[in-house]
Amino acid sequence: MTTADHGSAPQARRTPLPYVLIVPAVVALGLALGYPLVRQVILSFQEFGLRQQFGNPPEWVGFENYRDLVTDPYLWKVTLRSVVFCLVNAAATMVMGVALALLMQHMSKPIRILVQSGLLLAWAMPVVAALTVWEWLFDTQYGVINYLLTKLGFDFIGHPWLLQPLSFFFVATVIVVWMSVPFVAFTVYAALTQVPEDLIEAAEIDGASPFQRLRNIVLPSIRPVLLVVGLLQVIWDLRVFTQIYVLQKAGGSTRDTNLLGTLIYRLGIGSGNFGMAAAVAMFMLVLTVTLTAPYVRAMLRQEGES
Amino acid sequence: MARPTPRPLRLTANILGVAAFLLAVFPVYWMVNSSFLDRREIRNPVPTWVPFGGSLDNYKTVFETDQFLNALKISLMVTGLTILVSLAFAFIASVAVSRFRFRGRTTFIVALLVIQMIPVEGLFISQYKMLETMDLLNTVVGLSIVYVAAVLPFTIWTLRGFVSGVPYELEEAAMMDGCSRTQAFFRVTFPLLAPGLVATGVFGFIQAWNEFTLALVVMTREDHRTLPLWLTTFSDVNRGTDWGGIMAGSTLIAIPVVIFFLIVQGRMVGGLTSGAVKG
Repeated sequence: MTTADHGSAPQARRTPLPYVLIVPAVVALGLALGYPLVRQVILSFQEFGLRQQFGNPPEWVGFENYRDLVTDPYLWKVTLRSVVFCLVNAAATMVMGVALALLMQHMSKPIRILVQSGLLLAWAMPVVAALTVWEWLFDTQYGVINYLLTKLGFDFIGHPWLLQPLSFFFVATVIVVWMSVPFVAFTVYAALTQVPEDLIEAAEIDGASPFQRLRNIVLPSIRPVLLVVGLLQVIWDLRVFTQIYVLQKAGGSTRDTNLLGTLIYRLGIGSGNFGMAAAVAMFMLVLTVTLTAPYVRAMLRQEGES
Repeated sequence: MARPTPRPLRLTANILGVAAFLLAVFPVYWMVNSSFLDRREIRNPVPTWVPFGGSLDNYKTVFETDQFLNALKISLMVTGLTILVSLAFAFIASVAVSRFRFRGRTTFIVALLVIQMIPVEGLFISQYKMLETMDLLNTVVGLSIVYVAAVLPFTIWTLRGFVSGVPYELEEAAMMDGCSRTQAFFRVTFPLLAPGLVATGVFGFIQAWNEFTLALVVMTREDHRTLPLWLTTFSDVNRGTDWGGIMAGSTLIAIPVVIFFLIVQGRMVGGLTSGAVKG
């Protein structure tokens, strides 16, 4: 990889020009993200419910929202659910994506091109389009999946996939993984093509089995990529919203299937309890930003090299 | 390929490859297939695998609904505004970051990376409150403001790569030939950036066109829905009744995205992980 970041610092002399150039971007980010963030911190310390929606001034309640949250067993349940969902999805995506990338190295060329174009197509699908198709595939009455499973000898006639929470999350996982595997497969495959050939050959001559070569040479040399890609998956799967929200609308109990994102939405926009919603949102922000630290470090290392 | 793959391994890889291909493609195929089927075929207990004798009726139905055309209009306006503003802002910011060394540069870059990872779900409550105060809920401008902020960090980060990719020596050479610095930039570097601007513009398009969560929060009124919102409510109203129409709608939304995505895909893959690949 040669991200040709150019070495020579062109202008060392003092000039206000770069500051002028970043002003619009800074103002836009400040207005649409910075200001709401500050407001959200304040909001999370306020009682801001329906009464405030109708004009009553919000009441300062200090840590009360947070205290309510910490003592609310439902929030812990949703948090735990989100974390488990996130880890299961990220792990499944990584295992399948990496396996596919390794396999792609050994396929005949036409098959590899076939696989890559298929993955590209799945990757390109808009979230909502992908969601509606999967809903249709899992449809209780006319869905192909029920049809095929019944054909295979299981009794899936009229099976309602979204009714039971566990089955609901299974469907959500299928959709999330289907949409995320292409990115992992492509990125890891690109990294695999960079593994020095002579290292592998040397190991082969020394009598290392294919499995040993994989474990001791290939995987360690793509470790940095695996870490960053895995981290991105965790961050993305922790915040999954659209899939859950749309599937909830299609059926299933909201209370039993809420994750952090949909919980915030329902608390705030759904029931007008903006103070509480802001507190949960702060919790989610802190969780994500903590996870982001290693990613930022990895990206900055590249920046520093230039 | 210096080392030949042993035959059994190749065979296994090929078989699994075909299976992966089918799993990846089937939902997309099914969407297009179902969009051509009429209600009788959709509701047949035995699925229709190939749309022989299919029709464009579902597409006609979609285009005949006012909601679709209205959502299309809103989507186009929001997407267009988002691309224009974010490209303009990102372009000049990326020039600052890649052509100048200034105090606060690193802070700015770190901020971009962190912001890029912020989940919208963590902020949409207060963004909603803000737009409510500004009287911008259910407006194209309101949604575009939050969209611009959502795509800016990645756009600046990617454009920065393109700008740095044009050697500064080219500009210096032009300056030696008598151009001013500004002239050198606009006559030499700028034309070379066209592919980068197109790629990042397309990225902005895909983001804004597909976005669901913020649109759901900001556009609460029915007549202000964007296409993704229209699609999910469409399926809600006629649940279980008109899968053909829904699939036609999905196909229509997906087509521009798929085309654009295929164009820029190669350029974008590197963006998120180029630092790590280098190791």
